[in-house]
Amino acid sequence: MNAFVAAFLAQDGLSNGAIYCLLAIALVLMFAVTRIIFIPQGEFISYAALSYGALREGRVPGTVGFLLVLAACTVVLDLLGTSAGMRMASLRRLPRRVAPALVLSALALLSARLHLPAVVDALITIAMVACMGPMLFRIVFRRLAQASSLVLLIVAVALHLVLLGLGLYFFGPEGVRTDPLFDMNFVLNGLPIKAQTLVILATCLVLVGVLFVISERSLTGKALRAAAINPIGARLMGISAELSGETAFLVAAFIGGVSGVLISSATTIYYDSGFLLGLKGFVAGILGGLASFPVAAIGAIGLGLLESYASFYASAFKETIVFSLIIPILLWRSLAQPGKGAH
Amino acid sequence: MAIVALIIAAPFVLGDYQLALLTYVGLSAIAALGLVLLTGKAGLSSFGQAAFVGIGAYVSAILTLRAGWSPWTTLPVSFQGAGACAWAGALVVVRLSGHYLSLATIAFGVAMFYLFGGLEITGGQSGLSGIPPLSVAGTAFTSAVPSFVFVWAVLLACIAMLANLLDSRMGRAIRALKDGDLMAEAMGIDTDAAKTWSFVIACVMAGFVGWFYAHFQRFVNPTAFSLGQGIEYLFMAVLGGANMLWGAVAGAAIVTLLKPLLQATLPGLLGMTGNFEGVVFGLLVILLFQFAAEGLLPRLQRLTGGSSITPRPIHPGARLPAGPTASASLVVEGARKSFGGIVANADVSLLVNSGEIVALIGPNGAGKSTFFDLVTGVTKADAGRFLLNGQSIAGRTSREIARLGIGRSFQHVRLITEMSSLENVALGAHRRGIGSMLAGMLRLERREEQALLAEAQAQLDRVGLADCAWLAAGSLALGQQRILEVARALAGDPQILLLDEPAAGLRLQEKQTLAHFIRSLRDDGLGILLVEHDMDFVMTLADRVVVMEFGRIIASGTPHSVQNDARVQEAYLGAAE
Repeated sequence: MNAFVAAFLAQDGLSNGAIYCLLAIALVLMFAVTRIIFIPQGEFISYAALSYGALREGRVPGTVGFLLVLAACTVVLDLLGTSAGMRMASLRRLPRRVAPALVLSALALLSARLHLPAVVDALITIAMVACMGPMLFRIVFRRLAQASSLVLLIVAVALHLVLLGLGLYFFGPEGVRTDPLFDMNFVLNGLPIKAQTLVILATCLVLVGVLFVISERSLTGKALRAAAINPIGARLMGISAELSGETAFLVAAFIGGVSGVLISSATTIYYDSGFLLGLKGFVAGILGGLASFPVAAIGAIGLGLLESYASFYASAFKETIVFSLIIPILLWRSLAQPGKGAH
Repeated sequence: MAIVALIIAAPFVLGDYQLALLTYVGLSAIAALGLVLLTGKAGLSSFGQAAFVGIGAYVSAILTLRAGWSPWTTLPVSFQGAGACAWAGALVVVRLSGHYLSLATIAFGVAMFYLFGGLEITGGQSGLSGIPPLSVAGTAFTSAVPSFVFVWAVLLACIAMLANLLDSRMGRAIRALKDGDLMAEAMGIDTDAAKTWSFVIACVMAGFVGWFYAHFQRFVNPTAFSLGQGIEYLFMAVLGGANMLWGAVAGAAIVTLLKPLLQATLPGLLGMTGNFEGVVFGLLVILLFQFAAEGLLPRLQRLTGGSSITPRPIHPGARLPAGPTASASLVVEGARKSFGGIVANADVSLLVNSGEIVALIGPNGAGKSTFFDLVTGVTKADAGRFLLNGQSIAGRTSREIARLGIGRSFQHVRLITEMSSLENVALGAHRRGIGSMLAGMLRLERREEQALLAEAQAQLDRVGLADCAWLAAGSLALGQQRILEVARALAGDPQILLLDEPAAGLRLQEKQTLAHFIRSLRDDGLGILLVEHDMDFVMTLADRVVVMEFGRIIASGTPHSVQNDARVQEAYLGAAE
């Protein structure tokens, strides 16, 4: 281990850490607004990476069909489960609900045909994954608004299994590794630095900053947090719990989409890579008590670095080390805030 | 009983393949059963059950393969391995709750999976093969029948033991854990010990499953003990009904039998290959929680009008011996407690003797409930002397204070809604029994249990709720629930009784009956400290009244003198400006 290797590992660690950071802040946002510990966040990443890879190769990804099916389900649910008066409102909302899915599907087909540039493909992918979020909320979680966070966790795990199985069906068992969006390399003190790494870090910083400011300083952010703490009270104040749920899922899915597109050039992503990434994002999120964005971000970067150096010294046990860390962290967290982990 | 008959008949009717499948059902059911105890009853959800199965399996596999032990002798070692890890794990489990605990078990499951796959001695990712099978008297368990019989015999034994346990004093203690520690500790239950024991029992059962699996399958690799498998065990418990022991069997049967069915039919049905069992199970669980959150069996039970409570005969003569009836006194001097900048209690002094009723009244936010929490050990006071019969109780836990003779009811009713009223009251008598978990499982403490239940029945008779003995506590009206809490507090044979708004939610007639009852308790020699808002109720009932406002005592004396006190009138009604 000399300075060069250390710096190399550091770059690797920072790059991974930034992805974990994006994951962590999505998870913290999700929990802060909906009390759901959103295990399937990793699936957003793998779906994004694999869809982007498919588009780059001129194939139409299975996500397109999935989006259309989800849109159809939301429409059916809207029409079914409400009173006659609400049904009219649902019909009026129908175009708005279905339009994004249709437009994006059309764009995806277009891109596969015409081989549009990478940036356009990336944007389409991110939009598709972001679109999935609110629809998944509507179908799976909206009925469970009153459930304890434990039930929500179990349902989130179930959703993860569903998305995992569907992912295998949509994308097959092969992995994908795309060309980087920003294909430039710098050399700093003899150490090659990829522009992609810098972009990931920059995105991470920007998103953390934005989320932190919105959640702490703006009325919207506070309204979203209020809806999680006390849904009935929030509703009395005119804050819609459904709207906040859909917003949270939209933002989390968007972050997942961005992460997936960015990470697809760094490592090979398979249909099941998302789960492990998601869990590591958790370790970081838990550091901040699933409440603080900056702490989660710093923890994620630290985790990436730890994992990088651990893989150098004891690669077979890299995962064991990382996950064994969660338990002392949870202990420390729950001692710091007694009773916080309760329903 | 029908199930037992089916099991006895099965080996004669079914072929080897079906018997092997049912053996797996039985094995999974044992693992899921542990989770029913841990998650369904004690409220500690664990995704790590598969990791403990793995520990049991690998310990036995390594010892039989590398050290040549016989499989039967590795069974206790598997138990100990799983148990030791569970004990260590319990140190964590006890501190965490809710989703923090789930996350810890997820992390544990993942960490163990990679540990199993990374170590040399466990054979790495390819695992260990050629594990010797179980054998009895020289004949190996190679055919399907002995394995099937063995596993299901153990499963039935486990169900019987757990049913006994849940029926006993410690079982009630475990069931009290679900709603949080506050009420359980106030009844004198050692919640840390109860949680630890639940965890150890569940993990030892998992250890057995692992041990048998290793010698039945004769091959182990990490995939069988991954987080996915742990999730599957939890799903089994939840699907069948995590609150019912037979739910584990139902869930295990559904999942284990459905999987090969799906694997066989789905590809043909959908015309494509892929791993769809996961999708189907995920969808099943999602639908389950949206429409039948308690699980399939309880839903069926409700649909058919059954109830989970079965009445049992009580022998009234078998009551517990009552404690000494010496006179008692509770003395508080200068109690002080602040939360951040708010001083909830400042220099509060109070005295309650046996045979008197003291009422603590005051506007909302005066600090009355905080004071209760200080006296009962729920919150630690910043300063002040708290003496019970001359002995200091400051800084003691609520469990210790309960055992010293202070009983209480709660402002927001804390009953176990699915348990019968009688058992809820019996919970109050927990500290008067000594039966352990093992005794409970083996039904060795029946006499003590009879005494506890008789005590509970007597208290129910005393408060006038004898008719409700076998109704679920959650089905009672709020007023009756409050009185049930009083009965529960009385079951602990206290010397001083603290009642937090016992009359809230009662109608006039009921309040009069309650007042009459409280007076009879005083005449029996109890000292009673009462927080109430209803002035009529308090003034006709109390011997002395203490008035608090903004954390301080502003008046104290007989009801008449307090009513005419100008400061009290100002606090309640406001002064003329």
